Amino acid sequence: MRALCWVAAGELGVREVPDPELRNERDVIVRVRRSSTCGGDLPLLAGRHPLLRAGDVLGAEFLGEVVEVGPGVRRHRAGDRVVVGASMACGGCWYCRQGLHSCCDNAHADSASVDPDWARPDAGCFGRPRAAGGFAGGHAEYVRVPYADVSAFRVPDAVDDDRAVFAADVAPTGWLAAELGAVRPGDVVAIWGAGAVGQLTAWAAVLRGAARVLIVDRHEERLRMAERHSDAEPLDYRRTDIAAELRDRSGGRGPDMCVVAVGTPLTRSVADRFGGQHADRPDALREAVHACRKSGVVVVLGGTGGFVDAFPLGALTERRLTLRGASRPDLRDVPMLLDRMARDELRTEHLATHRLPLARGPEGYALFRDRADGCVRAVFTP
Amino acid sequence: MVPMGRLARAGPALGGAALAGAARLLRVPHRGGRPGPDGDVAAPARWEVVTVDRPPEQVLPDGRWPEPLRRLDGAVEVRVRPAPGDRGTELAARPLAGVAPPTGLAAHLVGDDPGLLVRRTLRQIKQRVEAGEVLRADRSPLDRPEGPG
Repeated sequence: MRALCWVAAGELGVREVPDPELRNERDVIVRVRRSSTCGGDLPLLAGRHPLLRAGDVLGAEFLGEVVEVGPGVRRHRAGDRVVVGASMACGGCWYCRQGLHSCCDNAHADSASVDPDWARPDAGCFGRPRAAGGFAGGHAEYVRVPYADVSAFRVPDAVDDDRAVFAADVAPTGWLAAELGAVRPGDVVAIWGAGAVGQLTAWAAVLRGAARVLIVDRHEERLRMAERHSDAEPLDYRRTDIAAELRDRSGGRGPDMCVVAVGTPLTRSVADRFGGQHADRPDALREAVHACRKSGVVVVLGGTGGFVDAFPLGALTERRLTLRGASRPDLRDVPMLLDRMARDELRTEHLATHRLPLARGPEGYALFRDRADGCVRAVFTP
Repeated sequence: MVPMGRLARAGPALGGAALAGAARLLRVPHRGGRPGPDGDVAAPARWEVVTVDRPPEQVLPDGRWPEPLRRLDGAVEVRVRPAPGDRGTELAARPLAGVAPPTGLAAHLVGDDPGLLVRRTLRQIKQRVEAGEVLRADRSPLDRPEGPG
């Protein structure tokens, strides 16, 4: 089959790879109908993951049709149209039973080889290096889905592919952000990053009753899109004193919740490295911590995958802020979000600014990475 | 792991009574020391431990070591105790001192970290009990004749 593979730092290619096969009783094989670019892929594309190998298939967000079913699968059968959650989860461990699927203990094929002194592995994820889970991604004609009864969800007939594909990751991540921030009616919410996740965080905050949602970015077309589709107030940080504006629009208190949805911080420059700057600088995170009201919540989304420097710890402790984070959503909200999509309460197809055949995957990622041509998400059809 | 309760001796087959008293700690005889992380020959090997979100009776059905732990009989000692907060069972194991290191394929898989085989075994037990199967990675293109084109 054909798949979009990592080739080298900054280089992707569509290659012929072996078809996936059922490896466990709870697996299904899905014929992919749509797959989306994802911000979490960009550090991989840039070659910032030391475990990536040439030939690894990318793609964490996809939708397709079940074509093969393992003997342990109960909820799905061949022909089902399913969206597959970005967090792979077993459904039976303590974390899954709490609804914390992104922390699943059993969705990593060889977590024992991860040095226990370093970190506990989180849930498995499609399209990550073999040593970070072991599962090929969905930018392919076919993909294997382990624990399919837990991770795959049948898509209502009323929801088309272009909308439903965003129920895999973007929509549940936005919902999770609003939940982590415990947004309440009357809250003021500020979001850094008007990409797909930022926009759907804004949507979720509005749905939970936020009085104002302010979204910060520098890309005009993204800001306009967030204003049009998510009722967010756009703030262009190139033209606006963000800290002052946030104070003004929150009665001087500061936003009740600040969400950082800008993805991976900028990479260090050569000058920084020689100057002793040993870690990435989280400029948006710093701004969010300083802006947030006393005893407010700062939510950081996305996998930075490393260390950041110059974090304003004093502001966090002196002002009793709560800092919460997530790199992937839980699965429990996917059915609810699909229902909202079916009722037209949640519309996401506008996020797919570029629809391309999989053969043009490298071009789609270049557009997505560079935010070129107004690209918010490139969506591929195999 | 902080010991709790009285110690009981336990091999691959644990009596039902041993499991019924879930608050006790079970271990096989300790046969001496092995080099620890600081190179101290007298220091015992470090325990590897997982928490399995099921009661001890399900982790060790009929009081027997589950597979694949049974294959390590004579090479490891094992401790079992209920996890606090109703979180299931803490299952710990560590290599026994004085046991010859693995050879052949096992040695290749374990490398110079004897704890790896123990960790992998414990993780497999946890997956079998909680998820019903041991999750296998996708087959790598390098595993087959056809590589990436």
